[in-house]
Amino acid sequence: MSTETRPTNTTPLLITGADLAGAGTGDLLVVDGRIAAVGADAADEAPEGAQRYHGEGLVALPGLVDLHTHLREPGREDSETIETGSRAAAAGGYTAVLAMANTNPVTDTAEAAERILDLGQRAGYVDVHPVGAVSKGLAGEELAELGLMARSRARVRVFSDDGKCVHDARLMRRALEYIRSFDGVISQHSQDPSLAGSTACCHEGELSGRLGLPGWPGVAEESIVARDVMLARHTGSRVHVAHVSTAGSVEVLRWAKAQGIAVTAEVTPHHLLLTTDLLSSYDPVYKVNPPLRPQEDVEALREALADGTIDIVATDHAPHVRQDKEHAFIDAAFGMLGLETALSVVSTVMVAEGRMTWADVARTMSTDPARIARLTDQGQGLTVGAPANLTLVDPDRKVVVDAANSQSLSRNNPWHGRELTGGIHLTMLRGRVTAREGLVWGATA
Amino acid sequence: MKHLLSIADLSREEILEILDTAVSMHEVQHRDVKKLPTLRGRTIINFFFEDSTRTRSSFELAGKWLSADTINLTGKGTSVSKGESLRDTVKTIDAMGVDMMIIRHMASGAPAQIAQWTKCSIVNAGDGKHEHPTQALLDAYTMRQRLGDLEGRHVALVGDLTHSRVFRSNVLCLATLGAKVTLVAPATLMPAGIGDWAKADGIELSHDLDAVLPTVDAVMMLRVQRERMSGGFFPTAREYAVTYGLTKERLRLLPDHAVICHPGPMNRGLEISGDAADAAQSLVLDQVSAGVAVRMSILYHLLSGDQSGEGDAA
Repeated sequence: MSTETRPTNTTPLLITGADLAGAGTGDLLVVDGRIAAVGADAADEAPEGAQRYHGEGLVALPGLVDLHTHLREPGREDSETIETGSRAAAAGGYTAVLAMANTNPVTDTAEAAERILDLGQRAGYVDVHPVGAVSKGLAGEELAELGLMARSRARVRVFSDDGKCVHDARLMRRALEYIRSFDGVISQHSQDPSLAGSTACCHEGELSGRLGLPGWPGVAEESIVARDVMLARHTGSRVHVAHVSTAGSVEVLRWAKAQGIAVTAEVTPHHLLLTTDLLSSYDPVYKVNPPLRPQEDVEALREALADGTIDIVATDHAPHVRQDKEHAFIDAAFGMLGLETALSVVSTVMVAEGRMTWADVARTMSTDPARIARLTDQGQGLTVGAPANLTLVDPDRKVVVDAANSQSLSRNNPWHGRELTGGIHLTMLRGRVTAREGLVWGATA
Repeated sequence: MKHLLSIADLSREEILEILDTAVSMHEVQHRDVKKLPTLRGRTIINFFFEDSTRTRSSFELAGKWLSADTINLTGKGTSVSKGESLRDTVKTIDAMGVDMMIIRHMASGAPAQIAQWTKCSIVNAGDGKHEHPTQALLDAYTMRQRLGDLEGRHVALVGDLTHSRVFRSNVLCLATLGAKVTLVAPATLMPAGIGDWAKADGIELSHDLDAVLPTVDAVMMLRVQRERMSGGFFPTAREYAVTYGLTKERLRLLPDHAVICHPGPMNRGLEISGDAADAAQSLVLDQVSAGVAVRMSILYHLLSGDQSGEGDAA
């Protein structure tokens, strides 16, 4: 990877004339890895010899934070590693990702969590925070060592059996009670396995009926969301609903938030744009869990993200090698890439179409995911003294997605060939440029 | 026409052409010497990833009687994440230079996916719960033998619709041929979203077999697998037979001219009584007999129709 075009990191940097997360145009001064000044007088405070970077026409966002990433390491390093997934994250404008626990071995001990933290730091493209499993081995039977993971160097605060639902109500209750003492949160993959089993691979409806594919009805998600918000109320603990996919779940969330229940929720970029009718060709690139839903659900999810019922966007980046996808649809692996395209999708669907502002993007893709995960040096916004975790977005750029052009090891990209509006120009982690125009630099570059 | 993946791929004219050619193929079946030279030198692979005796032997006979070289292969279901992908498996066979693969697979959509990955012609011989287009064509052939043109005729499909690929192909085929279709089943055995589907395609739905039978020209009874009972789709075999079975008593509700079809294998005493299966109105064995002729016609249309290098262009 070329290093010649990389801006230097040691000299102070003045980014001029950028749209500051929707709060008007201004300058941003970065000194020693922190934001030293913001706004009109930033230029005045720039020390002698500060490098100037033209931000005119760009939007400056706080570095993006992904609450839901699958990095596949350890166990499936043929599909993604912590390093390659981190590179994809940096290219997509992220400065922190939370790595899901469904690796092999599962992240269910302090040692496993610290190893992921360390590998992430060694790669140095983004902060990699491990998510801890709720249950040992994701088996849904006994609690994993939640407290030891929380006390470890990895300071785990988000726990999830993602890929599987914590469907046993008693285990879910105990887990919620247990994590309250260290302010943890359970990110739930809401899927009642008796209503949508492991073969369920298509939104249950007219199309699944015609295609003869096992259906995954919305109620299998909604009934778990409803149960969990009641458990959250009962225990006083925080529950986070991963990848909300139906209008019915949105209704439950809206009610729960009105009651003051400590529930947060995420939506993926693909559930904001792609619909179930893409499955009519049985192309496994569109196989994802929860499945793509009809347009009515997509509309409800967009509205819920805009009005705050759904708090954040999370990618559910799920890389798979070719041979795991090139099976009959029902046998192919679930999941799609997301890190490199998430901002462009949100920009296209939510910003370019007027549903959200760039300030909303900063909130839903940086500030709030960091807050839910209790990250201390991410998502602090463009404020003086905050670590210089920044993402510069070119809001008008037309991006035609090319699956071959990716930092990920995998190519299961459902966006291939689509034109999106808005692209990542530059990503900065604590003052160090990690990506610019598709080039990425890690800790040792 | 290069592939036969779904009945939806066929126009009314194409269906009628296949059925008309099948009439002359059917005559061959009654000769002492059954061989036609039509597909000499062509190679057909019967690639069955799921067990089948009747469909596979029917395709094999069809190929052999048209002088094609036919080979039977059985696939070992799935080998997900270990060894070959389905794509690798079928590309290997395709690379040998075969003209056609006839695919039976337990996964819905597998033949359509395979057609994307290979150069040869693909025939869907039944894919999961999706379609079984050659069965629907032979059903139409058999019904036309007795009833003539199916335009305006009323056909009831009765039984386990949810898990039936025969139903899915038949409902498309009958609609294309202008027949009126009524589906009769308990709600638990009707496919997801059937309400929207029925509305879109002009299909009638009913839970009352007694009310439907007097109005039909043909009734097709679909197999109900006994293991469905453990899935809670209906309470007992007895309740099912009484409510949705074509019992001896119900035979009297059928108009005299109406015919009875069943794609087999039959569960005598469950969805169809012995009296109904063996009645003069029953076409069950005619369906099997027609199977070879209709499949000969399909192979003929796919392989000898247009040889202008369509395969190379794909």
